[in-house]
Amino acid sequence: MDIKAKIIDSLGLDRTITRLAHEIIEHNKGSENIVLLGMRTRGEFLAKRIQSKINLIEGTKPNLGTLDTTLYRDDFRIRLKQPEVSVTDISFDLSGKDVILIDDVLYTGRTVRAALDAIMDLGRPNTIQFCVLVDRGHREMPITADYIGKNIPTSINEEVKVKMTEIDDEDSVYLVEIKNS
Amino acid sequence: MSLSSNHLLGLKDVPKEDIQLILDTAITFREVLERPIKKVPTLQGKTIVNLFYENSTRTRLSFELAQKRLSADTINFSKSGSSAAKGESFKDTVKNIEAMKVDMIVCRHESAGIPKYLTQISNAKIINAGDGRHEHPTQGLLDMYSIREKVGKLEGLNVCIVGDISHSRVALSNIYGLQTMGANVSVCGPSTMIPWGMEDFGVKVYNNIDKAMAESDVLNVLRIQLERDAGVLIPSVREYHNYFGITQERIEKNNPNVLILHPGPINRGVEISSEVADGSSQVILNQVTNGVAIRMAVLYLLGTKSEE
Repeated sequence: MDIKAKIIDSLGLDRTITRLAHEIIEHNKGSENIVLLGMRTRGEFLAKRIQSKINLIEGTKPNLGTLDTTLYRDDFRIRLKQPEVSVTDISFDLSGKDVILIDDVLYTGRTVRAALDAIMDLGRPNTIQFCVLVDRGHREMPITADYIGKNIPTSINEEVKVKMTEIDDEDSVYLVEIKNS
Repeated sequence: MSLSSNHLLGLKDVPKEDIQLILDTAITFREVLERPIKKVPTLQGKTIVNLFYENSTRTRLSFELAQKRLSADTINFSKSGSSAAKGESFKDTVKNIEAMKVDMIVCRHESAGIPKYLTQISNAKIINAGDGRHEHPTQGLLDMYSIREKVGKLEGLNVCIVGDISHSRVALSNIYGLQTMGANVSVCGPSTMIPWGMEDFGVKVYNNIDKAMAESDVLNVLRIQLERDAGVLIPSVREYHNYFGITQERIEKNNPNVLILHPGPINRGVEISSEVADGSSQVILNQVTNGVAIRMAVLYLLGTKSEE
């Protein structure tokens, strides 16, 4: 795995998150009815940061939950490695809410499809909006994001690596090349 | 991470990592059970047979519910009302069921070793739901889950299994599983109900319930199985209750913090008093809820495991 470019640095990441928070508030005309759902693993931390940005701007903290979509995946039959499940942690009702689903990278769209099914089993939200830090293209489903941090056109042999200090040692986004062995 | 085996026949020789994985995975499914829609699509398209040659309420319902919550297709077989009553052999019955293309078989049988035999005559993944006096692994797992949920750990805990050990498959699965997880396991009961050689398992034997209670963090109280002729092992159920019954007075006198488990069905006033069965020391109904989560975890881990 070779690093080809650093696309977003620590300062840039903070600015991007600030903009995303503003866009979410603007689009929803405030933050009263919104709830944030971060998708494991890095979407969770992204959601937490967006929550504190919204708190800075609006003075209110929207509810924050984490969603694990493993049980809704469509690739159990074809995967060789069994995916590890973790726990969905949503301590509030989603019914009637504007749910902002948050993830780090949008690629094939299959995870979002699984997330939509998972959310539907938890309640009937007013709207579901999707916020993503990086859209790298190559969709396999008719899915698009409402809030995009950065569009990064990639080739299929590349990968976007998001690093966040909560679990990595830095805040940054890298474009890396996957070597076919 | 995935399980090292394609079947769950017992907890003997199941490595610690596997037990840990099942217990941790069950936390996920415990959350699913609290949702408004308690169903996930994970095992869609998988077919599971519940092959029950022996009576069961809790285990069969629990497995069936776990399968439905995972969106698997299930069919149920019970001995009465089937061709087994017409004299069809076990092997033929299984071969016929397998010809209907099933992915997993959950089996309960009065003979020990039947689940192991199933792995030899079938290509399906096998889960033992209790075989004779041998093992009942999912019960052992849900007991461990319930203890861990309440106490926070298993390692170093003193767990005593009380009652008819010699007739109990729950006891054996508990002993194997808890020992693997680092707990100290003991048994307590009248000597007619304790098999020879428990010490060889590294299991301490008590014949006095007060002493056992005082020295244990957890008591797993087994049912006196009157239908299995347990009556010949004790003079009367009243005498058993007097000497070994778990009562509120005993708990208060010996160990007010002791945690009481019971695999059900309970005989009120025999192995456990009504007061304790409904009291604050016990987690009997938690065990039932946790049982569904544990079975979902086992079905998920085996059902989505890829064959290499």
